[in-house]
Amino acid sequence: MTQGFRLDGGGAIDRHRPLTFSFNGRSLRGYAGDTLASALLANGVRVVARSFKFHRPRGIMSAGVEETNALVQLTGALDEPNALSTRLALSEGLCADSVNCWPSVDFDFGAINERLWRLFPAGFYYKTFMRPAWLWPVYERVLRQFAGFGRAPKSASDDCYEKRFHHCDVLVVGAGPAGLAAALAAGRSGARVTLVDDQSHPGGDLHNAAAEIDGRPALAWAADAAAAFDRLPGAVRLAESTAAGYYDHNFLTVFQRNPEQPWLRERIWKVRAKQVVVAAGAIEQPLVFADNDRPGIMLAAAARTYVHRYAVRPGTRAVVVTNNTSAYAAAADLARAGIAVAAIVDTRAAPAAAAGGIEVLAGHAIVGVKGVKQVRAVVVAPRAGGAEQQIACDLVCMSGGWNPVVHLLSQAGEQLRWDERHACFVPGPPVQAERAAGSANGAFALADCLREGFEAGAAAASAAGYSASSPPVPATPTTPALDLEPCWSMPPRRRGTRAFVDFQNDVTADDVGLALGEGYASVEHVKRYTTAGMGVDQGKTGNINIIGLMAERAGVAPPEVGTTTFRPPYTPIGFGAIAGIDQGPIIIPARVTPLTEWHESHGGILDEAGSNYRRPKCYVRRGESERDAIMREARAVRNGLGIYDGSPLGKIDLRGPDARALIDRLYTNSFTTLPIGRARYGLMLQEDGRLLDDGVVFRLGEHHYLLSTGSGVAENVYANVIWYLRTVWPDLRAYATLVTTQWANMCVCGPRARDLMRKVGTDFDLAPEAFKFFDFRHGKVGGYAARVARVTYTGELSFEVNVPARHGRAMWELLMKAGGEWDITPVGSETSNVLRIEKGFLLMRVEGDGMANPYDVGHGWVINEKKADFVGKRSLQRDRNVGDPRRELVGLLTDDPNFVPPDGSPIVEVGATGKKIMIGHVTAATYSPNVERAIALALLRGGHQRKGETVTIAAGAREARARVTEPIFIDPDGERMRS
Amino acid sequence: MLLIPCPHCGLRNEDEFVYGVASTKKRPADPSAVSDAEWADFLYFHDNSKGRVRERWWHARGCQQWFMLDRDTLTHRIFGADAGESA
Repeated sequence: MTQGFRLDGGGAIDRHRPLTFSFNGRSLRGYAGDTLASALLANGVRVVARSFKFHRPRGIMSAGVEETNALVQLTGALDEPNALSTRLALSEGLCADSVNCWPSVDFDFGAINERLWRLFPAGFYYKTFMRPAWLWPVYERVLRQFAGFGRAPKSASDDCYEKRFHHCDVLVVGAGPAGLAAALAAGRSGARVTLVDDQSHPGGDLHNAAAEIDGRPALAWAADAAAAFDRLPGAVRLAESTAAGYYDHNFLTVFQRNPEQPWLRERIWKVRAKQVVVAAGAIEQPLVFADNDRPGIMLAAAARTYVHRYAVRPGTRAVVVTNNTSAYAAAADLARAGIAVAAIVDTRAAPAAAAGGIEVLAGHAIVGVKGVKQVRAVVVAPRAGGAEQQIACDLVCMSGGWNPVVHLLSQAGEQLRWDERHACFVPGPPVQAERAAGSANGAFALADCLREGFEAGAAAASAAGYSASSPPVPATPTTPALDLEPCWSMPPRRRGTRAFVDFQNDVTADDVGLALGEGYASVEHVKRYTTAGMGVDQGKTGNINIIGLMAERAGVAPPEVGTTTFRPPYTPIGFGAIAGIDQGPIIIPARVTPLTEWHESHGGILDEAGSNYRRPKCYVRRGESERDAIMREARAVRNGLGIYDGSPLGKIDLRGPDARALIDRLYTNSFTTLPIGRARYGLMLQEDGRLLDDGVVFRLGEHHYLLSTGSGVAENVYANVIWYLRTVWPDLRAYATLVTTQWANMCVCGPRARDLMRKVGTDFDLAPEAFKFFDFRHGKVGGYAARVARVTYTGELSFEVNVPARHGRAMWELLMKAGGEWDITPVGSETSNVLRIEKGFLLMRVEGDGMANPYDVGHGWVINEKKADFVGKRSLQRDRNVGDPRRELVGLLTDDPNFVPPDGSPIVEVGATGKKIMIGHVTAATYSPNVERAIALALLRGGHQRKGETVTIAAGAREARARVTEPIFIDPDGERMRS
Repeated sequence: MLLIPCPHCGLRNEDEFVYGVASTKKRPADPSAVSDAEWADFLYFHDNSKGRVRERWWHARGCQQWFMLDRDTLTHRIFGADAGESA
């Protein structure tokens, strides 16, 4: 077939550039400038898809974004589901397939659904596939085959996407006559204007019919207007770009397809505009009559577009059915193109429209359609009753009126207004800094579009602070009035036929009646019960008909039914565009320490470890597994010498005359007696008494402290300090600065730690009596200025060496080199976890799980009850007053010494009702190489009283018994760390 | 994406800020003097007003100051912001 339906002349296609493409494996030809849909029609392809539920044959119904039927699966280079054939520009080698059909669109097994259609009314799945419940996995497997249309791509995309922020004075959405007028009027005042349009060439609806402006072809006016706009300073014009969402404070997203950079597939513009003009046009509405979904039945304006813009004859013999006058111009265009127009079926009783010689059946309706894979004839009858007649045709053009594209304005927060004359919703009073113009505003005549566009553009520029005026409107021929009389449905000639309101989801007029009959009175409920408006097209052609039907049945006016909520995006957008370059490692930037490079080049296995830091889990030597490494490192620390990069620990520098007062109010214990040069372990609680952090406070000077926090909660502790300083106690004279990254921190730990420090050389006394546990010193270590503290998270003798970050690497390498004689072992975060579990030290967000208070975790000794107040104190009192049993920190020794229960495993017992209940959970468990068995910490209800008892851990499929012990497994008196 | 007028930095995008949850109630000066019910009320019960409210925001990724924002919770219209307001 060689484009048998292509007109010999005309159209905006380039006949010098023929293209070859494939549809369902068939090679076909078209021209540059075609869409896939126009090329298919030119080749006489009528059935392009099968409908969602009933698998009815479907054809192309529109010429734009409102298309409901002709979705295709793109294969080959562009692997994409649900592409709109009416919007897809034809390109050489394009490969497209029909969706929702098997084995082919012409012969589809799914058509059995059509035979059984009475079993599948709206909401059938709420009443079926329920019993027997155990068969659900079978039902699910079957039902999944029927869900959705296309197939998601299986391989990762190589395409590049980008995001860009953009500011402008005026954003104009739509480059049709109203939009171009608005952009010119605004831009000429000096305002920076951005004009976006979803077509490849400006002009909007002017492409679809032969209009005239100032005596010239309207498209020539549009091209000149766009060129004039481009010359204005600050003007930005985006083609093939859809404004998809309107958010708060004039923030809009615009998706630009085919940016000028060839490596970019799509770019999202995030636009903040001072003023917005929406000139997005209007979409024609179908009519609701029996079998109105057959291939060959399309919107009247779409047929006109195919004839005029693409030089395609969508059929040879047409019937036009309409409730308004705009379809008469479409009929005239079809006739001029050589299509026989058999009749105009006008539902209005006495239309005053000029038919130009075509027979008009006034006061008639379509009561039936003949033909399944292709419309063959329509059956019409007078609406008042009377004899039927059959009219042979292969094309039906329907016009049920026009709907302004109000989506963006509604997203902006506008309440829509019902326009009685045109039976459609139009924009209401503006809520944000926006306005509408043209057919998006309910003005359908070309002269009105131009005038409104100029006025809106000038008003927008003025509101943005520029001096603007609206130029005179060029002359245009008069457009006849719409004279619309609503006709929400046409009763069928015989029962058992279906009239479709939402084509994409196969929702019929009867389904709307069914929903109403079952008590779903609200338009939002009808939408969800019938799934009308929930397809890829978001109800662009269906919603108003549903509102009209509901209004008719309820006996109210449509505005009383109301609309469903409009939500962005206006058209479907790919995830690639949303992600932009935020993929892979970019999306969560990994924080590093001055030592990360060293870890990576010495066998460190890096992993995500709190506050976005990537830290080494352990350091793997040749032939070792990760577990081997962790066990080796844990043994080394307790028996020899280890070194650990603690740079991610939070550090807050706190100064000021009231610094100590603040610390006293934030921590549970008292710091009044903390001398300069000493540190103290403290607990910081939330106001509700729950653990926020367990950290160490260093006194550096008279009014100078350093708070050291857990690395995972550093930002939270800082935020907490700022909150109290700035809003609760702003009179306190204290100043906090987060200095985490200014210091490199490495902990030298193990029985040999002091030996190493002596070898490296310090200018302060390292003897145990001189430098005690929780002391710290400023001085020199190996020649570098450092702060050294005797604090530990391993429970061994430790010296925490802090140097300015720029010296971190050098210090670490110095220590590593000197420590060689004791086989100094770098220790990773997984090893650190093993060591701290052995000692029963707390980890925030594990034992400090947001529900535990200090007494629960055995840390009552850190609380100074004599203090008048501290954050959390009042809630601890309330916990005592409430007196509920609390989950308390204990140790667990499993009966099987090699079984390590997974973190989080519930501890269970049989409750009063005979069913198993959870009485606690394992917070952290590990195999301990130093105790040579599995150990665990757990929060157990009433745990403090249950030492020595046996409990049951539910670890997945297995139940394990364990003995409750003190939550400490090594050196209970802490002699090693105090040595 | 709200456009928030930080009193110190000017208009900035919403994602530079952290909303201050549970922030407009005043912490009792002497918590030991209030009953358990009053304390729980301070901790857990907060107005969720429809309409114009005053609420705290923290410019976490900017000047790191807390300030009060005057906002309509229904329309998101912002009427103004002021700094240096204590609890």
